[in-house]
Amino acid sequence: MRTRAAVLLALAVLTGPAGPARADMPAECRVARHLVEDGLRLPGAAAAIAAKHLNVLVLGAGSSVLPGKGGVNLAYPERLRLALVEALPGVAVTLTTDVTPHRTAAQMAAALALDLEKVKPDLLVWQTGTVDAMEGADTDEFSQALEKGIGAAKAAGAETVLVNAQYSPRTESMIALGNYAEIMRWVAVQHEMPLFDRFAIMKLWADFGTFDFFSATKNLDMAGRVHDCIGQLLAALVVDAAKPEAPPVSGGQ
Amino acid sequence: MALVTAERDLRLDLFRGIALWLIFLDHIPSNAVSWVTIRNYGFSDATEIFVFISGYTAAFVYGRAMRQNGFIVASARILKRAWQIYVAHVFLFAIYLAEIAYVAHSFDNPLYTEEMGVLDFLRNPDVTIIQALLLKFKPVNMDVLPLYIMLLVGFAPALWLLLRAPSLALIASAVLYALADIFGWNIPAYPSGVWVFNPFAWQLLFVFGAWCALGGAKRLEPWLHSRITLGLAVAYLAFAFFVAMTWYFPRVAVYLPRIIGDNIYPIDKTNLDILRILHFLSLAVITINFVPRDWPALRSGWCEPAIICGQHSLAIFCLGVFLAFAGHFVFTEVSNRLLTHVIVSASGIAIMVAAAIVLSWYKSIERGPRPPSIKPGFAGGDA
Repeated sequence: MRTRAAVLLALAVLTGPAGPARADMPAECRVARHLVEDGLRLPGAAAAIAAKHLNVLVLGAGSSVLPGKGGVNLAYPERLRLALVEALPGVAVTLTTDVTPHRTAAQMAAALALDLEKVKPDLLVWQTGTVDAMEGADTDEFSQALEKGIGAAKAAGAETVLVNAQYSPRTESMIALGNYAEIMRWVAVQHEMPLFDRFAIMKLWADFGTFDFFSATKNLDMAGRVHDCIGQLLAALVVDAAKPEAPPVSGGQ
Repeated sequence: MALVTAERDLRLDLFRGIALWLIFLDHIPSNAVSWVTIRNYGFSDATEIFVFISGYTAAFVYGRAMRQNGFIVASARILKRAWQIYVAHVFLFAIYLAEIAYVAHSFDNPLYTEEMGVLDFLRNPDVTIIQALLLKFKPVNMDVLPLYIMLLVGFAPALWLLLRAPSLALIASAVLYALADIFGWNIPAYPSGVWVFNPFAWQLLFVFGAWCALGGAKRLEPWLHSRITLGLAVAYLAFAFFVAMTWYFPRVAVYLPRIIGDNIYPIDKTNLDILRILHFLSLAVITINFVPRDWPALRSGWCEPAIICGQHSLAIFCLGVFLAFAGHFVFTEVSNRLLTHVIVSASGIAIMVAAAIVLSWYKSIERGPRPPSIKPGFAGGDA
């Protein structure tokens, strides 16, 4: 599998993904580039970019931050901001985070109202699903919480991108993510909004041997690289989805 | 009333054995080999097969007991069986605790600070263990046995009614299913949420299995073998297969009309979605049409490994859950290559078969030879 991964990695480097990704996205991030190409549109974000000011709010729980002093700068929200700044020259990008570990979707949906009022974002990046799965939250309540948050964001003029749980091989037999991931996928489909499939992306990296998610370490090195890639791929998703000339969804091209 | 004297239908053991293998394969997280299991090609999975067949065999075994020895004796035997399953569940929980404690002790990575929170319950075992004993704490993949315990606890009165007014019993079961759906009945869990398999919903399949065992299958016979039924079943399986393909190939998804998507999703496993029931029934219709009761292969050596697993289903189910833990442990601690997935999956099934053979041998030395017709199964008097 490692050989296959190496070949694929080389191919990805040589040919690059379809569409103009950032030229300097590291190859280790880019192997998962195709997983953020769903062709869905973010017209609100497009309008904000056209108006030269994109205001992003990241709402998340413990997997949207890294521990330690430099954790905030290494974590994906800040990497997303940097990647957006680079990808959108001339656009003023602001990014606010509301990240607190161990929050369920319902708790975040409740906190969101105040955030929306304060930040008035064009785009909401909402990471959720892990804590609900850990607590075995009621799946109906989980999907209602998602609907509530997305509805509130829409009413406040913000589009939403959902970010699902991380792939965590060590805890896979202890956290049943399945139902919650499916609900997030279904809610995203119904609202025709992008889902950033962090689980699939990290699973791909694990299968290809890009990152070793089994390693037991206190070192932030690998975690930092993973978050950097997630930030860059999220930025690629946003930039693609906000591009005016992108092909329509139903084309399937 | 006539006794049930028919020889045991080996198809039940065969398909329950296969279901046990599939459940094992599905229970190993990220197991590459689990692409072979039926859940990837339609709406239902091995759980439906397992619950239906267990309902069937429970009625077969305890129906006889209730006719011969009366309600009290049969109920006592059913409750004894529920107790055995409870003990098995607690045993599995002990293994689960051991695995969790090991991971908590040996694994640390800043990427997974949040996920490691799942181990926090080790800090207050007083609460967790009591909740587990109350069947309210729900470790991953350990949801089938609590469902079974509940189904058996409620089975005696259901069986009483099934023996007297089978149609009425089936209607009552369907009404309970509908009421649970309308009013959202389920059993609360700890620390939050509800049971993963809602017993008020899943009882329908168990009772339906029991109803079939007590003469329902005979009544359905003309329907089951009609070309129209078979055609409908094939068409429905094809539809489910197409929908399943949209999960893996987004390009296929554009051919699924939106109105269908809007109406079928989410396909609810907790509450046994009607789409899942229909999918299981379609599979059953096709199976009955193509695998006759006297299918020669049933008596040949090829089916023996699955049949023998199906005949010791409680023990083999528990072993499968344990082997799934162990398999996941191998993936995380030893190797996660594709070849490892294949080896772990194949050796797991081989161990299940070997254990079933040993159990059969034990049974033969403890009891002496007995005719196969009174071998109890998963839901039988003993395993």
